[in-house]
Amino acid sequence: MTAFFQSLGLPYEWAWTVATLAAIIVISLLVMFSVAMVIYVDRKVLGAIMLRRGPNVVGPFGLLQSFADGLKVFLQETIIPSAANKGIFLLAPIITFTVALAAWAVIPFSAGMVLADINVGLLYILAISSMGVYGVVMSGWASNSKYPFFSAMRASAQMISYEVSIGFVLVCVVLFAGTFNLSGIVNAQQGFGLGLINAYAIHPLLFPMWVVFFISALAETARAPFDLTEAESELVAGYQTEYSSMSFALFWLGEYANILLMCSLNTLLFWGGWLPPLDIPVLYMVPGIIWFLLKTFVFFFMFSWIWATVPRYRYDQLMRLGWKVFLPMSLFFVAATSSWLMATGAFGEQFAIF
Amino acid sequence: MTTVSHLIKSFTLWEFLKAHALTLKYFFKPKVTINYPFEKAPLSPRFRGEHALRRYPNGEERCIACKLCEAVCPAQAITIESEPREDGSRRTTRYDIDMTKCIFCGFCQEACPVDAIVEGPNFEYSTETREELLYDKAKLLANGDKWERAIAANLEADAPYR
Repeated sequence: MTAFFQSLGLPYEWAWTVATLAAIIVISLLVMFSVAMVIYVDRKVLGAIMLRRGPNVVGPFGLLQSFADGLKVFLQETIIPSAANKGIFLLAPIITFTVALAAWAVIPFSAGMVLADINVGLLYILAISSMGVYGVVMSGWASNSKYPFFSAMRASAQMISYEVSIGFVLVCVVLFAGTFNLSGIVNAQQGFGLGLINAYAIHPLLFPMWVVFFISALAETARAPFDLTEAESELVAGYQTEYSSMSFALFWLGEYANILLMCSLNTLLFWGGWLPPLDIPVLYMVPGIIWFLLKTFVFFFMFSWIWATVPRYRYDQLMRLGWKVFLPMSLFFVAATSSWLMATGAFGEQFAIF
Repeated sequence: MTTVSHLIKSFTLWEFLKAHALTLKYFFKPKVTINYPFEKAPLSPRFRGEHALRRYPNGEERCIACKLCEAVCPAQAITIESEPREDGSRRTTRYDIDMTKCIFCGFCQEACPVDAIVEGPNFEYSTETREELLYDKAKLLANGDKWERAIAANLEADAPYR
């Protein structure tokens, strides 16, 4: 895109700035649009499993429901509790939202279709997703109310616990791929299984890691069955209790943007990103972004499906799962993966013995 | 042995997979939701909805101001005043039902000797103000005129069981 703006007569620096800004705006708008559609899908799937129809009034099949909700929320009054710390109270949703969008900078939607193709993309994602908890903690503290405060405490402990095992899972993937660059990780998956399947998750050492990553992603985004930060039966609505109108909507959008991010990470790290599922030339006729969106959508469907199926964990069970099951398991698999790679000498190579 | 099978079950997430298979089955099942304003659930002929005062086919109102409904009403929602008409027959001059008090027990229609006060099949009469729910005689008679066909059909359908 920089080349295009250069051809319009701009010097390189200006062309780069304009191109990057344009890309940022396009990606943000697309993410926001997908979030709106995904909220609709979430409600539809949940409804279908409960034998309901879900939203079906606004627009064809209710497709415009999220936009109607957005408009409603936009027209409402922002209520700031008199005892709240006003500055931090208003800053918290902005942080959640900004951080949720910032992580998309390194996500490759297709080959070369990435805003910042940096070599430490995975580390950047880890760092940014850890920042997300600040919004929750700040909102819980600044609300000056009991339930949001409990919720913030829970959220911080939960996210820290599960980031540990996510970190180890990512180490396994990085050992196989030999790079922290997300595009590099996807490219390393081409023909990974028997020269046919474009996915890391079919490897017996990486499949359990994918399961751990998927469940940790549920916990990381505070999604059911780990939605203890919202736990409406105990904490009203958790850290969102005191929020209204746009400040509430920003939390909502940020939350779903994070969920989508986790779905796309699942796709990129374990299921071959923009590559078709099988390494067959015919399947490469379909553009990479279609495969990427399709896979991400499948993972989002699984998120909704799980929400509709399992009840909420108790808090001590959540902590037990994180520290006593996932942490030892992922540590063991880090050791197993590195031993396997040392034994076969197959660092960053295709996996043929299957 | 049980510990081993328990371990295998918990590490393969067996129970979770079974639960998800079940919910996926329900995902594809036909939905039971009724699109309410466009589709409506069937109502029993005994359904006790909005009240109505009926008339005879010749247009004469049925109510003879016996005040049995007023006496039986457990919520004391009914207020009746009566005096003889010019032709000498006893008629109500006032027949009020406070719909905010009514508990829809149906005792008034049970008590009525001439099937004048009935609870019709209508349940869509929400209002924006409280005052609109204080029904007077004119409103009740208008309801009767509006719903007469449905009410008559319901009474006929339910008659064998009375």
